[in-house]
Amino acid sequence: MKKELQVAALENGTVIDHIPSEQVFKVVSILGIEHLKTPVTIGYSLDSKKMGKKGIVKISNKFFEEDEINRLSLIAPSVKLNIIRDYEVAEKKQVSLPDSVTGLVKCNNPKCITNNEPMPTHFSVIDKENVTLKCHYCEIKIKKEDIILL
Amino acid sequence: MNRSFVSIADYSKEEILHLVRRAEYFEQYPNQKVLEGKVCATLFFEPSTRTRLSFETAVNRLGGRVIGFSDAATTSSSKGETLKDTIKMVSNYADLIIMRHYLEGAARYASEITDVPIINAGDGANQHPSQTLLDLYSIYKTQGRLTDLTITMVGDLKYGRTVHSLLTGMSHFNPIFRFVAPEELHLPDIYRQFMDINNIRYYEYTDFSPEVINQSDILYMTRVQRERFTDLVEYEKVKNIYVLTNAMLKGSRDNLRILHPLPRVNEIAQDVDDNPKSYYFEQARNGVYARQAIICNALNLK
Ligand SMILES: [Zn+2]
Repeated sequence: MKKELQVAALENGTVIDHIPSEQVFKVVSILGIEHLKTPVTIGYSLDSKKMGKKGIVKISNKFFEEDEINRLSLIAPSVKLNIIRDYEVAEKKQVSLPDSVTGLVKCNNPKCITNNEPMPTHFSVIDKENVTLKCHYCEIKIKKEDIILL
Repeated sequence: MNRSFVSIADYSKEEILHLVRRAEYFEQYPNQKVLEGKVCATLFFEPSTRTRLSFETAVNRLGGRVIGFSDAATTSSSKGETLKDTIKMVSNYADLIIMRHYLEGAARYASEITDVPIINAGDGANQHPSQTLLDLYSIYKTQGRLTDLTITMVGDLKYGRTVHSLLTGMSHFNPIFRFVAPEELHLPDIYRQFMDINNIRYYEYTDFSPEVINQSDILYMTRVQRERFTDLVEYEKVKNIYVLTNAMLKGSRDNLRILHPLPRVNEIAQDVDDNPKSYYFEQARNGVYARQAIICNALNLK
């Protein structure tokens, strides 16, 4: 297990593994990791048998809520989480697309109220397989490739 | 429970039928003083004289009072006040807010920031549910039912929000749809998917032919708006293609009625006006009864 992680061991915390390399910094920003006061290790362009190159983020003494983690599904559905307690992998988690997404994605419609008022956006996930969102306000649908994060 | 009226998609078959029957009731008894002592605000951030007068007539016939504005240029929102602040302020004065806004989703948002019921009188290109209810009532009234009808929609099916909302509202009633539009303005994919999922039969045409008209119970005409086009050459090409003339109605069904959300430009020739199958002027009058039904429903008055 430690070999697979490729980076120094963690006593307690969360390891986010199998991040596509180009998404590493998005993962950091979605989870607000740059604002944390605990030690964080970010691995980038590491060798991976499965993915070729991958990224990894290790956060000490931090355990995320389910809905925080699930936000990652919009940009990196393949990530795997290892919850570490006392140097051991206590739990493994995968991300799954939530039923709705609040305050994370920008609405692509410039005439949407959310782009003109100081308010959070809100989308329902209408197609989990293909990742299609529907704006709760202006009702336009946004396909996976058109998703812009706030 | 918030009884706001924001989008026709929020309403079940039973709720739509209830509203339609209430509209029928108000047509029989238009003057009901059920809003005595109530204040209704009409907030038109985007001007629409036709819709505003229809709503204000409905409030007046119900015995209520109206406050509001008909153009955002005269309000504090033109000084940069947020929609939220305007809605919060008006919520202190009014029992009901009827609002039209140029931004999509404005009515939904307003309904989430106040306990005063919101009636959406149009939010940009998104929804205009009171128009849909008056269309549904007009169909019900002229056909005696909403079920098992063939509805033919003609013109701008891409941007026409009345078309999309009517399609949604009719979807509960086993319709057959025929869509007649130029390539540039055909129905968006999401509505095709919606009909496929709900097993609704539909046919699409680019030719506006008597064959299509002759198989219809309702002919729903829409105007092709110049402002929808970025390319004006494209607009010039399509604007005169879908024009209904009296001669085209020769073989049509006896029960056929021609609807149009108005104002028309030239998509219905003047010689159709005298044909008893033309219904667009009566349709506009039905708007007052439909809006009386919507207002009473929002205020939980039956
Ligand atoms: Zn939107």
